[in-house]
Amino acid sequence: MTARIIESNSTPFKTVDVDTVTVDIIENALRNVREEMDAVLFRTAMSPGIREQGDCFPMVANRDGKMVVGQFGSFIHGFMEAYDGEIYEGDIILTNDPYMCNAAVSHLPDWIVLVPIFKDGRHLAWSAMFGHMSDNGGMVPGSIPISAETIYQEGIRIPPTKLYKKGELQEGVLELILHNVRTSDWNRFDLNALVAACRTASKRCAEIAERFGDDVFQTTMQIMLDRNLEAMRAIINMIVPEEPQYFEDYVCDDGVGKGPYKIACKLWREGDVAIFDFAGTDPQAKSSINFYMSEDMFKMFFGSFTINLFDPHILFNDGFYELVDVRIPEGSLLKPKFPAALSGRTHALGRIFDVMGGVLGQGAPDAMNAAGFSDSPHLFYSGYDKQGEWFQLFQIGFGGIPGRPVGDGPDGHSLWPGFTNVPNEFIEAYFPLRIAKYEPIADSGGAGLHRGGNGLSVAYEFLVDGQIGVHDDRWLTYPWGVRGGDPGMRSTKRLVRVDGSEEWLPAKCDGVNVYEGDVLYFNTWGGGGWGDPMQRDPELVKTDVNRGLVSRDGAVRYGVVIDDSGAVDDVATIKLRNKAIEDRGATGLFNFGGTIEELVARAQEETHLPAPQPPNP
Amino acid sequence: MTFRLGVDVGGTFTDLLLVDESSGQTYMAKVPSTPEDSSIGVLHGIDRICDESDIDTGQVTQVMHGTTVATNAVLTRKGASVGLVTTKGYRQVLQVARSFCPGGLGGWVSYMKAPLLAPLELTIEADERMGADGNSVKALDAKALRSDLKILADTGKVEALTICLINSYVNGEHEAQVRDVAREIFGDIPISISSDVVPEMQEYERTETTVVNSYVRPQVSKYVQNLQTSLQERLRDDVNLAILRSDGGLASARASSESPVNLLLSGPAGGVAGAVYFCRRGGFDDILTFDMGGTSTDVALIQNGHARIRRETRVSDIMVRAPSVDVRTIGAGGGSIAFVPELTKALRVGPDSAGADPGPAAYMKGGEQPTVCDANVVLGYLPSDVKLGGAMEINREAAETAVQTLADAMGIDLLTAAEGIIKIVNESMLGALRLVSVEQGYDPRDFALVGFGGAGPLHANALGVLSGSWPVIVPPGPGVLCAYGDATTQIRDEASRTYVTRVDAISADDLIRELDELRARAAESFKADGIGEDQQEVSYQADFRYAGQAFQLSLPVTKQALEKDGLSALTDEFDRQHEQLFTFAHGQDHEIVMIRAIVKATNTLTADLKQVSDKASDLRDAKLHDTKFYFGQNWHDAEIYDRSKLGMGTVVPGPAIVVEMDSTTLVLPDHTATVDNVGNLLINPFN
Repeated sequence: MTARIIESNSTPFKTVDVDTVTVDIIENALRNVREEMDAVLFRTAMSPGIREQGDCFPMVANRDGKMVVGQFGSFIHGFMEAYDGEIYEGDIILTNDPYMCNAAVSHLPDWIVLVPIFKDGRHLAWSAMFGHMSDNGGMVPGSIPISAETIYQEGIRIPPTKLYKKGELQEGVLELILHNVRTSDWNRFDLNALVAACRTASKRCAEIAERFGDDVFQTTMQIMLDRNLEAMRAIINMIVPEEPQYFEDYVCDDGVGKGPYKIACKLWREGDVAIFDFAGTDPQAKSSINFYMSEDMFKMFFGSFTINLFDPHILFNDGFYELVDVRIPEGSLLKPKFPAALSGRTHALGRIFDVMGGVLGQGAPDAMNAAGFSDSPHLFYSGYDKQGEWFQLFQIGFGGIPGRPVGDGPDGHSLWPGFTNVPNEFIEAYFPLRIAKYEPIADSGGAGLHRGGNGLSVAYEFLVDGQIGVHDDRWLTYPWGVRGGDPGMRSTKRLVRVDGSEEWLPAKCDGVNVYEGDVLYFNTWGGGGWGDPMQRDPELVKTDVNRGLVSRDGAVRYGVVIDDSGAVDDVATIKLRNKAIEDRGATGLFNFGGTIEELVARAQEETHLPAPQPPNP
Repeated sequence: MTFRLGVDVGGTFTDLLLVDESSGQTYMAKVPSTPEDSSIGVLHGIDRICDESDIDTGQVTQVMHGTTVATNAVLTRKGASVGLVTTKGYRQVLQVARSFCPGGLGGWVSYMKAPLLAPLELTIEADERMGADGNSVKALDAKALRSDLKILADTGKVEALTICLINSYVNGEHEAQVRDVAREIFGDIPISISSDVVPEMQEYERTETTVVNSYVRPQVSKYVQNLQTSLQERLRDDVNLAILRSDGGLASARASSESPVNLLLSGPAGGVAGAVYFCRRGGFDDILTFDMGGTSTDVALIQNGHARIRRETRVSDIMVRAPSVDVRTIGAGGGSIAFVPELTKALRVGPDSAGADPGPAAYMKGGEQPTVCDANVVLGYLPSDVKLGGAMEINREAAETAVQTLADAMGIDLLTAAEGIIKIVNESMLGALRLVSVEQGYDPRDFALVGFGGAGPLHANALGVLSGSWPVIVPPGPGVLCAYGDATTQIRDEASRTYVTRVDAISADDLIRELDELRARAAESFKADGIGEDQQEVSYQADFRYAGQAFQLSLPVTKQALEKDGLSALTDEFDRQHEQLFTFAHGQDHEIVMIRAIVKATNTLTADLKQVSDKASDLRDAKLHDTKFYFGQNWHDAEIYDRSKLGMGTVVPGPAIVVEMDSTTLVLPDHTATVDNVGNLLINPFN
């Protein structure tokens, strides 16, 4: 570590005996701290991205930088290595540069605030939080330029910098940064809110230490880490076989004509250690779709998906990191070399969850989900409204949750923790837009014993001239089904001009001019189906048809015939099912809707978009 | 002589409180609830209380009632079959539900969505569009609507109809048009329209709120009407029935039948109102209330004698936009089950509860898992050898057996495990107290802590130690406090609307004009119920934020101040409060989001409800017998006292246990409990 923490009190912390109940109480108190951080941020942030969609993540770490409470794992080790300087009580550090914090944040619009927590002159712990800023400067509004080839084009890069020195705001630094972004008011507020949340956490941690004793607090955080270690040791032995499992999935294209990009992952166990090896993943892209994946963050994804099954009350943390070995080849899509552009990383980041599900599912098929809404599609719309004021809208799209062992996937929902849509009435009140339709797409969820959730169709009617940017995926590859389930429907973006002409927009594009009266139909994809659709209770299919979630024609995918009165035709259904089962033959664990070569060959015909060229080796 | 009757219907018991309006003399009764039709229990209770107190039923002129009819309809999903009309393109607004999946990363894996309260089969679209500026973009296609409504009506399944159209919070004209067509087709079926029920921005929340109103409406209005009729027969023709709203005010029987969405938290609001009543009389205006029942605990913060009102009401997973006392509920109560997950060996308490059936192991009704109540029994806080009217029989051995299983799983002894359970559950409750205090910018040490509900007085002293809130107050009748709340509050109604206007774009006069309109709307129900203007108290509020912020603060507004100081007094106050809460203020871009007028009827109850004898009593007379309990890893010898025999000024030194009909108060070592002049027990640290 090159960063040095300066303490005015050098008394070392002692490891002491702490009884279980005290550990549980402190765990509870730390859970409250995290909730309070979220509460403070939501109430004070200003941008719709953070306040309505919840695009932000809090963390508390112990003195050594290990995350004790949080969701995405600690980045403090990376930061400590990258920051060359002394850190004092009252300092608050800001950064957004993935290359300077071991990819703790993975693109520049995510700003991290990091606060060392001191008590009585001793460094006690860390609090940190990051949030997605509405704009970070650079080539395009919203700062996710698709065609960027280096990170220099993606807006202002903030190396780990002291925003506050010993409690004093560094106004020059702040103004310099805000001068470089298009939405300086929103960013100023949101940054204030991140600082307020971290400060709240600092105060609470010091209070907990005061109440139980500093040594008890320190020791307890270690015990909480150990608890996760032991729990994960058992879980890894339970669900990860020694025999290697392999899975691959794709990001459909890079927005500049190349694709699909393969993400390959092999998983096996050696002793207590699970090894995820991403060898075989395609090389980094020339454009901004690279996802610089932190090994620690991947461990976190893996842990939080599995441990929840066994003790959902546990405060999930870093303690088990030594049990997971993540190997990512340098120069690949998942570990691009500086200064590769990173802003459009959301597709590969999302796809990682499908890859993880696919590779883990082979060892534990009972617990396996179909492919889901493994992305966070965006729409940007910006320009000058009729009063001549600049506006900039950032919308996150939602889609079909996959079919799961527990049941059908919800329609038009979010896979991301805490995310919600921005109310359409809010958008219409503040932006020159009318949202003419906001509705799940019938039949877009993959058929299965448990149906995949339907994707969402949103019709944006533009009320002034402006520009839009689209960031989406799964237009070429399918959200796959599992255990006999069908894939879900893919995404489309159809722009209907005011004169009635139609264009199919590519999944990734920006700088597209739109004019008053144009309507964009932004259709996200459905979740994959789970289990054999021919086994689904025809009454459930009937209910879905009556609700408009599945069409009468779509019911045929389940081998179910619905008559004119809306009832199940039992005789016809049995006949249809028998024939369908005979025709299709045996079902596999996965249904990808065709090989990748077949999908590429059929691209133009099926998607109205040209097939991408293979990425360069 | 005239009497008023407070009635609170809970899950297990119906509590009644009869008040002599001139003297303040009270009579109490507790009868079993009758969940199939709770009015049976109510009437039974009335007979009993009038009989026992020897009062002529004809003297009861007012019945004030807290009811969970609306709450239970939602909790048990046994409300009406609701039809819904949305704007074209928004048919699945409830299905999408703002796309939210609860739980953390990966929470979607196990999330199961509850069925919609207005099923998609009964949802149709109206072809029309209102713009965000309140101008019609597309006129209603009435012909198509008529035909779709007929098909909907022909299903024969719609028991209540809801209309919620996009942007109707700005202009409800299209909704009114749809309603007029629907009336022709649906006849007597109740119709709720969103611009009437909740004219606030956000289409999902407004739809859900209006649908919930429809969902509970047939049941609530039937219940209220039946009760009203029976009361008229039993008591007198002109008896006045009022129902407690979630915001702690009363609504007339008529008003509550029309907007029952306002009654969802009627129960907890009664407890808060009762706590406020006794604490104010005891001289405590700033309190934290803490109402611990069998499955959950409700906490609230009261400042200057007024409960904070929040704009949402949550019942289980249903959240609606209706004002309610800012009560936070956590899933920890006396029946919460303690367990040890095998992989982590941690001690967890709740949220699963043994409920009333099978109940805690100690109640011998088939429960075997260790609960918070069992831990209280093992530690001697709930003595198994004292029984006063209504209390359930407690079996200590059964409690020990249950808690022992947990101790074995953790490898610790019985008493340590029992104390562990209590500490964990107390910590959860401390978390809830922090939510309403620290997180809102209040220091809990500036507040007194009021414990009530069946289990509250057992945990109150320990929670006071944790939160630093002194004194800890246990009001009289902590188990029937809701009935006190029902009997002591006033008729209230309010009208609000989304305003979303920059302060620098309007004048004080503009705002005054808007407030006057709202006042007229809020007072409509008073007019309909014959309450004159001279009996009304009016207040106004405006919700402020910095333009674009999610957070908003309700500020009280008076017309006098607006006339005198203009709008800047309000923006300054907002900056001040924002800084207090979040350590910074913006100083510009102030926006008024919502405005509202609140009208209350003048309180007609002037007598004090006296609950204690004037003289300090000799402790020896109140003592029942000796006992011992386990606390802080030691056994302590303690005495058990009968609360009804403790007079004003009596000091009970801890360690002690004070018992009464339906509640037990634990006084810890090094603390004392003093009876104040209202009958509250005030617990303070000794010294």
